Amino acid sequence: MSAPNNSYDPVEVTPLSPDEVARMRDDALAAIAAAADLEQLKAARLAHAGDRSPLALANREIGALPPAARAEAGKRVGGARRDIGEALKRRQAELEEERDARVLVEEAVDVTLPTRRSTPGGRHPVTTVAERMADIFVAMGFDVAEGPEVEAEWFNFDALNFLPDHPARTMQDTFFVEGPSGGDSRMVLRTHTSPVQVRALVERELPVYVVAPGTTYRTDELDATHTPVFHQLEGLVVDEGITMGHLRGAIDAFVDGMFGSGLRTRFRPSYFPFTEPSAEVDMECFVCRGASVGDPANPCRTCSSEGWIELGGCGIVNPRVLTAAGVDTARYSGWAFGLGVERSLMFANGVADMHDMVEGDVRFTAAFGMEI
Amino acid sequence: MRVPVSWLKEYTDLPEGTTARELAARLIALGLEVETVEAVGADITGPIYVGRVLEIEELTGFKKPIRYCRVDVGAANGTGQPQNIICGARNFAEGDLVVVALPGSELPGGFAIGARKTYGRVSEGMICSASELALWEDHAGIIVLPEGSAAPGDDAYALLGLREDVLDIAVTPDRGYALSVRGVAREAAAAYGTAFRDPADIAVEGTPGGGYPASVADPAVCDRYVLRGVSGFDPEAPTPLWMKRRLALTGVRSISLAVDITNYVLMELGQPLHAWDRDAVRGPIEVRLARAGEQLETLDHVKRTLDPDDIVIADESGPINVAGVMGGLATEIGLGSTNVLIEAAHFAETHIARASRRHQLSSESSRRFERGVDSALQVAAATRAVRLLAELGGGAVDPGYTHIDTTAPRAAIAIAADHPGRVAGVDYPRERVAERLAQVGCAVEADGDTLRVVPPTWRPDLTDPNDLAEEVIRLEGYAGIPSIAPRARAGHGLTPAQRLRRTVGRKLAATGFAEVMAYPFVGVRDFDTLQVPADDPRRTALKLANPLNDDEPLLRTTLLPGLLKALVRNVGRGFGDLALYEIGPVFLPRPGASGRAPMPAVDRGPTAEELAELEAALPEQPRRVAAVMAGHRDLPGWWGAGRAATWADAVETAREVARLANTELTVRAAQYAPWHPGRCAALFVADGEGGERLVGHAGELHPRVVAAHGLPERTVAVELDLDAVGAAGAPVRAPAVSGYPVALQDVALVVADSVPAADVERALREGAGELLEDVRLFDVYTGAQVGEGRRSLAYALRFRAADRTLKTEEITAARDAAVAAAAERTGAVLRG
Ligand SMILES: [Zn+2]
Repeated sequence: MSAPNNSYDPVEVTPLSPDEVARMRDDALAAIAAAADLEQLKAARLAHAGDRSPLALANREIGALPPAARAEAGKRVGGARRDIGEALKRRQAELEEERDARVLVEEAVDVTLPTRRSTPGGRHPVTTVAERMADIFVAMGFDVAEGPEVEAEWFNFDALNFLPDHPARTMQDTFFVEGPSGGDSRMVLRTHTSPVQVRALVERELPVYVVAPGTTYRTDELDATHTPVFHQLEGLVVDEGITMGHLRGAIDAFVDGMFGSGLRTRFRPSYFPFTEPSAEVDMECFVCRGASVGDPANPCRTCSSEGWIELGGCGIVNPRVLTAAGVDTARYSGWAFGLGVERSLMFANGVADMHDMVEGDVRFTAAFGMEI
Repeated sequence: MRVPVSWLKEYTDLPEGTTARELAARLIALGLEVETVEAVGADITGPIYVGRVLEIEELTGFKKPIRYCRVDVGAANGTGQPQNIICGARNFAEGDLVVVALPGSELPGGFAIGARKTYGRVSEGMICSASELALWEDHAGIIVLPEGSAAPGDDAYALLGLREDVLDIAVTPDRGYALSVRGVAREAAAAYGTAFRDPADIAVEGTPGGGYPASVADPAVCDRYVLRGVSGFDPEAPTPLWMKRRLALTGVRSISLAVDITNYVLMELGQPLHAWDRDAVRGPIEVRLARAGEQLETLDHVKRTLDPDDIVIADESGPINVAGVMGGLATEIGLGSTNVLIEAAHFAETHIARASRRHQLSSESSRRFERGVDSALQVAAATRAVRLLAELGGGAVDPGYTHIDTTAPRAAIAIAADHPGRVAGVDYPRERVAERLAQVGCAVEADGDTLRVVPPTWRPDLTDPNDLAEEVIRLEGYAGIPSIAPRARAGHGLTPAQRLRRTVGRKLAATGFAEVMAYPFVGVRDFDTLQVPADDPRRTALKLANPLNDDEPLLRTTLLPGLLKALVRNVGRGFGDLALYEIGPVFLPRPGASGRAPMPAVDRGPTAEELAELEAALPEQPRRVAAVMAGHRDLPGWWGAGRAATWADAVETAREVARLANTELTVRAAQYAPWHPGRCAALFVADGEGGERLVGHAGELHPRVVAAHGLPERTVAVELDLDAVGAAGAPVRAPAVSGYPVALQDVALVVADSVPAADVERALREGAGELLEDVRLFDVYTGAQVGEGRRSLAYALRFRAADRTLKTEEITAARDAAVAAAAERTGAVLRG
């Protein structure tokens, strides 16, 4: 670097002359404009804006000028360098954009390619529909009660007022557990979820508001509409002043939550040993709402053009059951119901063959996914 | 119970124009489950009339003899001229009255009758058999009507009841009375509020006595016993057409007049009857329990050994009937029986029920006795039967009859007059309650606010106030029950165990597992194919006394058999990459349990001891979760090769389940069937008392198990006690989340192959102390560099303090302490 020389005429320092600075700037701008890609621009930046570029070298000469001339020369060189810097930035942006446009296009993929890398999973629809049924009651304040599947006959029959040798008991097609040395164990695979009623009453403080979804067993051979292993949802309320009106209200609320609002329900007198009075409950067909009845031209598959769909059995808890469970019948009364889970799947989700429910074919289960 | 509507209408006058469908709807509303309304004969149309055979011309030269008949059908054919009809039957003669289907009629099965040329003649119609008219099965020939029963040209529809509506009713076990036309007619009368004419309301002349000698040894098994006889009966007298028709409509086959009459009265009144050839009965009759060793050959030609619980009817020769179930062959009424003895009895329901099951004989009689027969009906029913015998078969009703009656009058049930209303949630007026109870046959006496109600003899099911409430409510109509919105109350929501089950199910389903619900029935062969050792407790399973399949009489003690069968089924259906799971109970007999559950009383609640005994008798039924995987766990695709499911996926599935339960599994190598002995993990949770509890196993299945099931190679499985894992879960305490920088240190440790990685990791954690945030094993290397029988485990250690940035020396010290602990406990050497 030259030493400062106050007497030196700036015009005499060739690189700092206006013409020379302008030329260097124009050269630089031309090189920047000519840079066809980021590599060339990088070279141009090095050549025209780098530490060893002509303008950088010229800038070093400013110190050699007399003080009076320094400001003007500095302004001149600075202006040129600023112009070059801006041109570089602009060109950099342009070239980056060009590169991005090119590269990102090159990187484009077929986003419609399949992406599944895991086997299709799903929960069994019996599980999900039973949960949904139970949850409607949970939302009303019910608890979910449970009991064992291998059950004492006392819970499954006697405490539910199934008298020994009564046809109601022998008609249940019961799986009996073999006792010691082939004798009577007085244990069965529960034929219904109703023993959970007795368990709930024995185990819980009154009042009792529970539902009990569960697996049940009868000695039916598997066919399109029967399976020896099936599922029920039991409901039980024992409180003071309970009437059939409360039962009906709960069933109506369930139908509303499960199948949609405005569907009528119908009670038909029936018989169950553990309820008295007893009823079969039907709901209006949620598909045709009865329009298919007597209209052969528009049959309804859901209700077989009956207009009504059987939901299950229900009634006022037989006071004998309350007595067997140690409940004071002078003070408490209750209602109970039992609904079939598979039935609901068959009419609501169109499951046509019970084999599908029990075979464990992944296509069947996966189709139902996580929720129903 | 099949009820012809015309029969029912004999006992009550239904409103004019009532259709069978309307009647069915009314009966359903009252609680009689009418399953079908069958319009019998609806497919019979056109001109069908009575004709008289004027002349028969026998045609010969055909394969069988053929008759060409001139039949007078009165004015029915419009011409008054005889019809010429070809007929192949031979059971009639000139002058007989027959049934003629004229051209234009159509018989069941779409069989159109026309005038057509056959056997060289023109046949103008058909002479009908009972089968052709679907009246009843009869292949003996055409129907020959009794002389005087009709005239040529009479309408055959009305005469024979060709068209009839039949209600088929599934009678619930409480309503035995509805297993009769009488009982259903009574309900119909109640439904319409019409008068009921009781067919059992029969004036019985004379007083009992002078009948066949009989005694009842034990009134507890038979509290009413009636015998009535007919002498000089014509055993060859035919059953009248109307009776045959009605029996056929109710589903009973005609056998002989005497038997048909007992069946007819059974259907009419609901009282089972038995008819003996009186001359075959030896000496006085005794009603008693069978004696040990007694035998009887019953009507179905089966020689039965009788049980001391069977009620028998015995004469001097021994038992002649299994009471209420089936008669004996020796005293059967036959073609030579001219003296008939009719029995009508009221037997104890439970004895008949047990006998019916013991002998596997369910008859029309036993079905009714089991459900309860009207205990006051026997004299009327026997009288009705002997009168029909005398009337239709000649002979005379014997003057005396036997009547042993030890029935007690029924006690009154006291019921608050407003009780039915309080049950229904409807305010019924007191008079209405009394009226409705009277309508079903109760005697009702008001006593202040209490009604004293004596139910009728045909309603043994009415014993409690709620039974009476149901009668009132059903007659008032279930439709009137209001719908009262449920009262909101504070529930507890799902239990932690219930939530866990759902969470685990969702997690597994979301990660590619499909849920299976297998039957819990297994057989010894399932344990064999799983290579379960002979002394393994899993082979101690509950056995069903009546399995559906004799090869699978046991209840599962593991979920794997069902899952593996489902896996095989899916493989068989063309799926290779599979992940299945099941959540369900297993049934584990309690060691030392009696195997016999107690039977506490039901007239009070069970005591704590009784409940404990009930629970102790039942098997343990823990809920398990099990999963199996075969083929790829990560599927192959355009992105490249997939990743096969390995033992590690099974162990990780178990760990995931534990994480969902907020607990952690300790994993140890184990040898346990059906797993590969070198690739099986035993899984433990902390038992809360400083120890561990085994909760399951995971890993790759034993190659022999894979081969025995025909499973894909290297199938892996996990089974875990979900209840136990859930119980081990603890509530989460919030972690201290430090914002200070992390310090990362990698160490590679060389250990002997036999050292479990879990031990090394545990030593590192414990040695490093609380500055250690996490340890991750990121590489396992075996090879020449580390030497034979050794492997290098590379761990990434993350250090962080809660309150400061760690200094280099602190980090180094913690790392060195970790390595030192690993060296001390596992012999690990820091790899250079
Ligand atoms: Zn419909």
